Amino acid sequence: MSDITRNDGPTGPMLAADGTPLKRSLARSLRRQKLRALMLIAPLLVFVLVTFIAPIADMLFRSVENQIVSETLPETVLALRDWDAKAGSLPEEPVFAALAADLQAAVAAKTHTRLGSRLNYENSGISSLFRKSGRDVGKWDMTTDGPFREKFIEIDKGWGDIGVWQTIKTYSPRYTPGYFLNAVDLAKGVDGIEARAANERIYITLFLRTLWMSLTITASCLILGYPVAWLLANLRASSANVLMILVLLPFWTSLLVRTSAWKVLLQQQGVINDLLVWIGLVGDANRLVMINNQFGTILAMTHVLLPFMILPLYSVMKTIPPSYLRAAKSLGATDWTAFWRVYFPQSVPGIGAGSILVFIIAIGYYITPELVGGTKGVFISNRIAFHISSSLNWGLGAALGAILLVAVLLLYWAYDKIVGIDNVKLG
Amino acid sequence: MTENARTADAAFVEFAHVQKSYDGETLVVKDLNLDIGKGEFLTMLGPSGSGKTTCLMMLAGFETATHGEIRLGGRPINNIPPYKRGIGMVFQNYALFPHMTVAENLAFPLEVRHIGRTEREAKVARALDMVQMGAFGGRRPAQLSGGQQQRVALARALVFEPELVLMDEPLGALDKQLREHMQFEIKRIADNLGITVVYVTHDQTEALTMSDRVAVFDDGRIQQLAPPDVLYEEPENSFVAQFIGENNTLVGVVREINDGVALVELDDGELIDAKPVNVTRPGERTRVSIRPERVEFNKARLQPGAHTLKAEVLEFIYMGDIFRTRLRVAGNDDFIVKTRNAPDQRRMQPGEQIEIGWLPTDCRALDA
Repeated sequence: MSDITRNDGPTGPMLAADGTPLKRSLARSLRRQKLRALMLIAPLLVFVLVTFIAPIADMLFRSVENQIVSETLPETVLALRDWDAKAGSLPEEPVFAALAADLQAAVAAKTHTRLGSRLNYENSGISSLFRKSGRDVGKWDMTTDGPFREKFIEIDKGWGDIGVWQTIKTYSPRYTPGYFLNAVDLAKGVDGIEARAANERIYITLFLRTLWMSLTITASCLILGYPVAWLLANLRASSANVLMILVLLPFWTSLLVRTSAWKVLLQQQGVINDLLVWIGLVGDANRLVMINNQFGTILAMTHVLLPFMILPLYSVMKTIPPSYLRAAKSLGATDWTAFWRVYFPQSVPGIGAGSILVFIIAIGYYITPELVGGTKGVFISNRIAFHISSSLNWGLGAALGAILLVAVLLLYWAYDKIVGIDNVKLG
Repeated sequence: MTENARTADAAFVEFAHVQKSYDGETLVVKDLNLDIGKGEFLTMLGPSGSGKTTCLMMLAGFETATHGEIRLGGRPINNIPPYKRGIGMVFQNYALFPHMTVAENLAFPLEVRHIGRTEREAKVARALDMVQMGAFGGRRPAQLSGGQQQRVALARALVFEPELVLMDEPLGALDKQLREHMQFEIKRIADNLGITVVYVTHDQTEALTMSDRVAVFDDGRIQQLAPPDVLYEEPENSFVAQFIGENNTLVGVVREINDGVALVELDDGELIDAKPVNVTRPGERTRVSIRPERVEFNKARLQPGAHTLKAEVLEFIYMGDIFRTRLRVAGNDDFIVKTRNAPDQRRMQPGEQIEIGWLPTDCRALDA
């Protein structure tokens, strides 16, 4: 409530019949209603919080979270604080002693291999270094077996590599931008942020490809969907219903079935190629490559997402009375002018809604590119899935996902600035 | 009839044996023949589904005639697309383009005709001034009231100076007062510009106030084509008599026809005099039609020997300018009489028994 309600002066706010400020009585009388409304949505709210918001927040947090290093190697992290990789020399004995102590504790708790995998994302080879050292360090006696520097290097020459120490020091803070840098093909080097080696740069390309392909898919959906939506909105009810069923049919068919059908159609020994060869348009030796590339992904996803373009377009076109076109023609406009100057501008909200819907679904699409995309036609989401389920580098997956989310929000914002979001109508 | 008096070459718009069917089974318009003179204000009046809007759409070019020919200025236009016909049109819902301002809406027909910018602006300003909307050029249609939108729609249909303007129930969405005001406004503008107007409505008051001639449509045919006064006072058949204005009907059989007066025996046995309109011989069943304001209580004003009827007053309604009395006459419980609220006028009480009569010329014997 605002300050005005607490101000009971004679020149103050409007008062209700019993002398209480009007705003307060209004709020009181509405409170019950608001509570009831809240109760009604509470089950859904809780469900969404638990199953959607919380997991997403947790995953996004993982993109910067890096407590594993300081938790597993607390003494080493402290000891490394004064060491500088730029000096070009290995850390001194106290650091190795701290490492030995930390590793012993970690081996006992069986957490050293997890740390190894974590650091391996940044510097490959560290995983085996930790696993190998863990076996021996566990048997050392901390009081008598020193000094440890030579003993470590004896186990594995890796401990004599400044790069390994550099990695441990770089990733000792509790939070790190490392995953995000990795997600845009950068890395933290000795001299700060630097580009990755040319053969390791894959994410920027993948992001750009995802963006480009999503735009292409959106454009193809619009080109194919616009006339269909127009027909739907202008045919007689009985014919329109049949057409509507045809549009909705894909919704009732499993996505996997539809994508597999495309595999059958598009592959080199598939239906389309067989037909072309049989007609004689294509030689048997030069069968077209239509799948496991960008063409296949764009084609299959255009098909899958077409209804998401047609339905918003249709619902907007349905509200454009035919009298506008008639009026334009009676005023002397040819069919094309009447369409372009009068009908099209009024269908723009539908185009906006359909395009946003298709584009946002497309940019995060996973199943279809996974099945028909091969290596050239996969999206960033396939890479995210790889990191979540195969490489188990969740931090990187989360960083990629966060970038994707921000990119979509940015595009949404740009759309709002250019076209205006209140120009979007879903019906 | 009036249109027979016009010579064929004077007709500006001609419908010649026009038929229209949507489904190939039923005719929506059955053999329409209609000549509209230059500068005439002709109204197509009829209930919904009577074919009047279809006729208008055929003239505008949005529907094609299934049979027959439509001519504009002597030229057949059946195969000319709407945008080449140069006919102005005002739509029922105005059809103002919502994404353009009022001025842009008006400039649209001039732009597609490739008229230069300065001339365009001058014409738009003149058209807006004509409908007193000069100050609203920059507004969007959604920011205007219904009456203002109506004016803009009218200006847009006139701005490219068509000789023929079609109006499809343009006042249907306005409230009563505004509608009456706009009726005069449209009529005034049409007269000033000397344009030909074909106006479609189902509101008979509108048709009577505005038109030079009214074509009453029913069942795909023109039932009567006449100036408003003729239409009201001399309806040619029962449908027109019922549809135009308020009307009392008594059903009976023609007994004799002498010197332009028919003696009709009503179903309850009473005899009345009527003017035979489309009854020709004794024995024919007929509907006798009499306007509520032509019923007479005062015997002194009736012709000597005129037949009178007994009536019982059922209801008396005070309506300010007139009194409306409901009577039971010859078994008809819905016989209405309207009398002027004059100082000497009697106010009848329900239950009162009275006698009523009329001049035989006011009482028309029509088809049953």
